[in-house]
Amino acid sequence: MKTLKEVDVVLVGAGWTGGILGKELSESGLQVVCLERGGERSTADDFTVPRMRDELALAHRHSLMVDTNDQTETIRNNEQQRALPYRRLGSYLPGTGVGGASTHWNGHTWRWNNTEFKIKTMYEEKYGKKYIPQDMTIQDWGVTYEELEKYYDKFEKTAGISGKAGNLNGNKDPRGNIHEASRKNEYPLPPLEKSLAGELFEAAATAKGYNSFPRPTANASKAYTNPDGAKFGECQYCGHCERFGCEANAKGGAHMSVIPAALKQKTFELRTNTWVTKVITDSTGTKATGVNYTHVLTGEEYFQPAQMVILCAFSFNNVHLMLTSGIGKPYNPQTGEGLIGKNYCYQTGSAATLFFEDKLFHPYMATGGIGMGSDHFHANWDFDRAPFGFVGGSTLGAGLYGGRPIAWRPTPAGTPQWGSAWKKGVSKWYERTMTIASSGSVMPNRGNFLDLDPTWTNKFGQPLLRMTFDYKDNERKLSAQIASVINDLAQEMRPTSFTKATARNSWSSVPYQSTHNTGGTIMGTNPSNSVTNKYGQVWGVDNLFIMGASLFPHNSAYNPTGPVGAIAYFAADAIKNTYLKKPGKLVDA
Amino acid sequence: MTDSTDKKPRRDFLKQTVSSAAVATVSVMGADKANAQSVSSSPNQALSQEPFAGYVWLKPSEQGFVEALVEHMCPADSLSPGGLELGLNTYFDRALGGNWGNGHRLYLKGPFPKGSPNQGYQLGLTPAELFRAGTQGLMSYCKKTFGKLFETLSSDQKENILVGMQSGKLEFDNGIPSQVYFEQLLQMFYEGMFADPIYGGNRAKAGWKMIGYPGVTANHRQNIIKFKNKPYPITPTSIADIN
Repeated sequence: MKTLKEVDVVLVGAGWTGGILGKELSESGLQVVCLERGGERSTADDFTVPRMRDELALAHRHSLMVDTNDQTETIRNNEQQRALPYRRLGSYLPGTGVGGASTHWNGHTWRWNNTEFKIKTMYEEKYGKKYIPQDMTIQDWGVTYEELEKYYDKFEKTAGISGKAGNLNGNKDPRGNIHEASRKNEYPLPPLEKSLAGELFEAAATAKGYNSFPRPTANASKAYTNPDGAKFGECQYCGHCERFGCEANAKGGAHMSVIPAALKQKTFELRTNTWVTKVITDSTGTKATGVNYTHVLTGEEYFQPAQMVILCAFSFNNVHLMLTSGIGKPYNPQTGEGLIGKNYCYQTGSAATLFFEDKLFHPYMATGGIGMGSDHFHANWDFDRAPFGFVGGSTLGAGLYGGRPIAWRPTPAGTPQWGSAWKKGVSKWYERTMTIASSGSVMPNRGNFLDLDPTWTNKFGQPLLRMTFDYKDNERKLSAQIASVINDLAQEMRPTSFTKATARNSWSSVPYQSTHNTGGTIMGTNPSNSVTNKYGQVWGVDNLFIMGASLFPHNSAYNPTGPVGAIAYFAADAIKNTYLKKPGKLVDA
Repeated sequence: MTDSTDKKPRRDFLKQTVSSAAVATVSVMGADKANAQSVSSSPNQALSQEPFAGYVWLKPSEQGFVEALVEHMCPADSLSPGGLELGLNTYFDRALGGNWGNGHRLYLKGPFPKGSPNQGYQLGLTPAELFRAGTQGLMSYCKKTFGKLFETLSSDQKENILVGMQSGKLEFDNGIPSQVYFEQLLQMFYEGMFADPIYGGNRAKAGWKMIGYPGVTANHRQNIIKFKNKPYPITPTSIADIN
């Protein structure tokens, strides 16, 4: 193993947080090396049409995503089962390469607020301590919306979020989300066009008394230049967003914004095809000294010493690295002790499919985030959970993200799946179908956690991360409640027919659901309840930071990227303004 | 015991260009003409001037099966040409013979204990291996049950087999789970129907034309307003069209 020249900061991963920290820290003169396991990604070479319209390659062969032969997880619903490899991508689709999943996401970006950050306090105050089940390990995050507000603003401007404010400095505007926390500024870009599906949803939601709004998303509604000078094209509604790169640079991603901004700095270096296998600490275990990595193209191994180590990989990979590096204590579900791997969460959801004989939805005229949403059953604190008995909530929405026909070929229940009758059904309903869908929060549970698998290994011979996860009664109740709401809305819309939304009772790794995997290195108020403080600084290892959704003590119904970006900027400021002047713990506890 | 009458018409059909569609779709049914689907010689039949290119991976026994399968799953009717005309057999051949078929992006380290449905695919087989072994299992089943090849069964018999595999009720004596095998066949069917024609199926974009998917067309920025809830005239474009 060759030892390289020491740098100030080594970053693991070149996605959103690697790009944000790379730019912010090198801008202030620090020598920063960013190690990305995958290859280069550029719009000009990787994301051109017609390649970027190939549904088979991008959406079904997952050509931009991680190869499970390099890294995957083993999965099981509970400890009574043997975890088995996630052999083929399905439920979640981790990214890889420069930009990571930000090159091919849909762009949904939300500001998580104090109903998330102060979740335990708020539920106990409103519903009583006994309301929270014994095995539900929720906790306050130790950070507030007020602290993050300006960083959300910064991330929205960096990523080019299109939307309409619903709460501007305390003034509610029903054209936006009236349940959002107060924001100082409008979105940097106006909202996208309304699709027919969105309009129908809006009308039905309004009739039911639910505020609805255009979903905020990183699909540029107009040509835009972000504060770092990154140029965004106008979204062309091409209908090939999630799983595809954007040839127009209309979809905000790290590869076309923060990474190029970082590369402009003299002291920033990006190394691709470098797979970090271990974080090295000194003999006391209180100081990180650097990382080991393998150069994927040559097989050579290196030790990269650094004054600071920041884990910026996908949530799973950060947890995996902590475990394989032996940092912190692995979580033990029997005793409840140990924190690495604790509070793993995912999301749930439900959907109804509506068939309208007299309407044409043109599903292929779409963006990643097009559509109308409602926060009535989620951030709306007035929504009374008590009759249902759950903690959390669901966002609702409608707006087709694309009509790519290998996946989108809706037919009413009872239609055969092949043959002439199938052809008749699919050709009739392809244009005439929409969905109403929910995204539901998942609360942490003693029995849902991440650790290392005893049997299967990755490309480097390291044990795979093992995921033990299932929905609990909490999520089943939540799912049943929102399914009922969806079906009422569907009725309200008076389709020719609809396939009802149903509660989702157990997690399957097979159909795609979301890539919002959170937890495992959670933040909190002190070392006994968390792995990091609110800046992602690891308790007891002051020069080691962790970024991304592995910091989240629970998962919201919202997509995670808003707080992922905001917390990265928040941490960058704390490092620049405080840590560098006086290295040490940023929070006393 | 071989039924020799089914082989000759199929080979002859494949040597023809697909512009002679009316002849082709009848003869592929082989000897069992009584069970041939009624075929309308649809107006858009001259899908491609390119003759059938041949097979790179499917063995002759598998070719017969796949041809019959795709014609059964997508019969020629007023909505679209039949599965052979659409090139679905070519799609199967190239996909199974290519890198996806050979296990690209599939984690195949053993051991291979059986899991719950929630744990997904757990066989130690590439898609090509699964297809080959599953097809053998199916052929063996047909021989044992009917004394005939799949391709010479009646339409109803074929349908019952597909439904039986989809439900997992049909058992293969070589141990391949019919449900897992069929799930792959069905997914490949949809891919053959709707993937870009460059992959061999969806010839002349006839699958896309059937449903109204425009293909590679990039720009709907104005269309989403201009054509909201109005018919949108589709002329699908493919990768080859852009090149």
